[in-house]
Amino acid sequence: MSEPLFELRGVDKSFGAVQVLHGVDFKVYPGQVTALVGDNGAGKSTLVKTMAGIYRADAGEFLFEGKPVHINGPKDSAALGIEVVYQDLALCDNLDIVQNMFLGRETVTGGVLLDELTMEDRARSTLTSLSVRTVKSVRQSVASLSGGQRQTVAIAKAVLWNSRVVLLDEPTAALGVAQTRQVLDLVRRLADQGLGVVLISHNMVDVLEVSDRITALFLGRVAADIKASDTNHSQIVELITAGRSGDIGIPAATAAKSA
Amino acid sequence: MTTHSEDSATGTPTDSPAGTPAAPPPDAGGFSNDASSNTLGEAFKAYVDRIRGGDMGALPAVLGLVVLFIVFSVLRPDTFTSNLNIANLFVQASAISVLAMGLIPVLLLGDIDLSAGVTGGMAAGFAAVSIDRHGQSWPVAVIIGLAVGALVGLVIGTLVAKLGIPAFVVTLAFFLGLQGVTLKLIGLGGTIPVRDDFLRGITIKSMPVTMGWIVVIVLLAIYGGLLFWRQRQLAAKDLHRPPNSLLLVKFAALCVILLGMTAVLSQNRSRVPTFVIQGIPYAVFLVGALLIFWSFVFGRTPYGRHMYAIGGNTEAARRAGISVDRLRISAFVIASSMAATSGIISASYTGKVSPASGAGNALLYAVGAAVIGGTSLFGGKGLIRDGVIGGLVIATIDNGLGLLNQAAYINYIITGSVLLLAASVDAISRRRRSATGT
Ligand SMILES: Nc1ncnc2c1ncn2[C@@H]1O[C@H](COP(=O)(O)OP(=O)(O)O)[C@@H](O)[C@H]1O
Ligand SMILES: [Mg+2]
Repeated sequence: MSEPLFELRGVDKSFGAVQVLHGVDFKVYPGQVTALVGDNGAGKSTLVKTMAGIYRADAGEFLFEGKPVHINGPKDSAALGIEVVYQDLALCDNLDIVQNMFLGRETVTGGVLLDELTMEDRARSTLTSLSVRTVKSVRQSVASLSGGQRQTVAIAKAVLWNSRVVLLDEPTAALGVAQTRQVLDLVRRLADQGLGVVLISHNMVDVLEVSDRITALFLGRVAADIKASDTNHSQIVELITAGRSGDIGIPAATAAKSA
Repeated sequence: MTTHSEDSATGTPTDSPAGTPAAPPPDAGGFSNDASSNTLGEAFKAYVDRIRGGDMGALPAVLGLVVLFIVFSVLRPDTFTSNLNIANLFVQASAISVLAMGLIPVLLLGDIDLSAGVTGGMAAGFAAVSIDRHGQSWPVAVIIGLAVGALVGLVIGTLVAKLGIPAFVVTLAFFLGLQGVTLKLIGLGGTIPVRDDFLRGITIKSMPVTMGWIVVIVLLAIYGGLLFWRQRQLAAKDLHRPPNSLLLVKFAALCVILLGMTAVLSQNRSRVPTFVIQGIPYAVFLVGALLIFWSFVFGRTPYGRHMYAIGGNTEAARRAGISVDRLRISAFVIASSMAATSGIISASYTGKVSPASGAGNALLYAVGAAVIGGTSLFGGKGLIRDGVIGGLVIATIDNGLGLLNQAAYINYIITGSVLLLAASVDAISRRRRSATGT
């Protein structure tokens, strides 16, 4: 197996007196989908936000391509090519697809003038490279898109910026069956293009199907980091709900202490 | 855009490239509507769909203008359509339009500036005092007026953005407070005359007829050139663009309107035979220049784009790295500076500044103008030109009612009703938009 693209070692994170992450080790490999699973409140979103620089880790190391890096804010993670697709999408309904994809990073000519030609061209080729074909026009307003299409735009936005790592926090939570299918296909294509993809999902069928590795969090601790092909549905559910399954997982004593 | 049902994402036949009649080549992605296979008929149908979906744009204002012109022409055939009155109407509209254009950035953010009218009055007061009592020249007076306006906007914007006080509370406080400042400056019952030739000339003088024609035609030529040059660029890269025929129709309509306006204003409107008054009042050019400048800023620069983004989804804008607070402050600075400009235009027209300048219904007129023009009070939607189109509607109502010589109370009731009507149209179309997702 290749080297991790992005790696966290021993990350702690507390909010006041409440410790949410306990010595978390987490690896993202290039060209792979790493699923991050865990019960509600296990700390998945907190971990993602720590990687994105929105929260600062209290302790722990970050390595990018094997080299130590510091992530003290969203700008640092963006500079490394880490992009987040938020649970609530963060799109502007009154802007069109191109405008949303370039928001805050518009291409300009002559110093001040928006370069709509270049932006539309690049947005279109990015969507085409991701085989997004259900959108009628890249100039239609985001308000007119379905949930799946909005998710697609949010993901494509992340890809546009030559990102290396894409973090997806429950991208399919609000979607119907067919739209979930679309988004999962897209997630797979991201990885096939060589990106390191992190997918948070509660749907174990989806997770098993689309991911290469699975990291299970239990009350802020890593219960397991396993290959998707080495596990099954019931084992993951056990890891999520009890923190251990057979001979893998957190020692029973530790699990009991933190519960 | 047509309405989209939820399943459009699942690739229903109408959405998939293979299902559309004019299927694009396989490698072009699915953006079937972006290729300019659109005909004028299709564009018209898309326009009707958009209106049905609640995006009315400037349509209510244009229709309103036509209806008002017909009504007032019938009721007051000799006075309303006289050349003199039409010219007056344009000058009246200019002060309202400038105030309204300045409010649009604030409205785009979903905020409001209730103090803009009195800010204009106060700024004009400072400008007039600097000439009348301190013997300053007009450029100094204008700079003082604009600086006063900008300062007020800076303070209001900072209170709203940094302290988080709702804009309507801050600006309501300023609405009262600034009237006090103006009263102190001018004195109870006093007025400051505005006699400076240049300042008065903004509204009472007109550009020589030949010059006016040249300016209008050159501007149209430049605009038309840019329009079609851009169309060619879009076509070269095969990007999303309107059909050529639609562009032509729109440009022709603009030419007819502007050339028609120039023709009317180029006729002699003097009521005494001994001298001639003709040509486009300079105030109209001032409005035109501000319209072009701000339309450029809000339509073609990242700054403008970011303002729309904040109005659409503040949190998304913040995550995209946009400095929301700074832009919010800038919106209030624009509103107050434009208000100062509007106040100076009003002072030029009336020849004086009084403690009541900019109080009364000036602000309501401007908000009404913006909303009638198509700007939403809910933020995120509006164009600078809405202020000009809506300003013409409001000025027409004001002017026509004046000619009808009704009791003052009727004018108040009618103007209030028009504002309420416009706000209702805004609210209803917003509901339709969110229902149909356009
Ligand atoms: N900003 C915050 N302040 C305080 N507590 C927080 C904050 N964010 C998350 N938490 C707590 O951290 C725990 C993990 O939350 P989260 O990371 O959102 O879990 P998940 O995404 O796995 O459902 C929860 O108990 C939650 O209440
Ligand atoms: Mg979460």
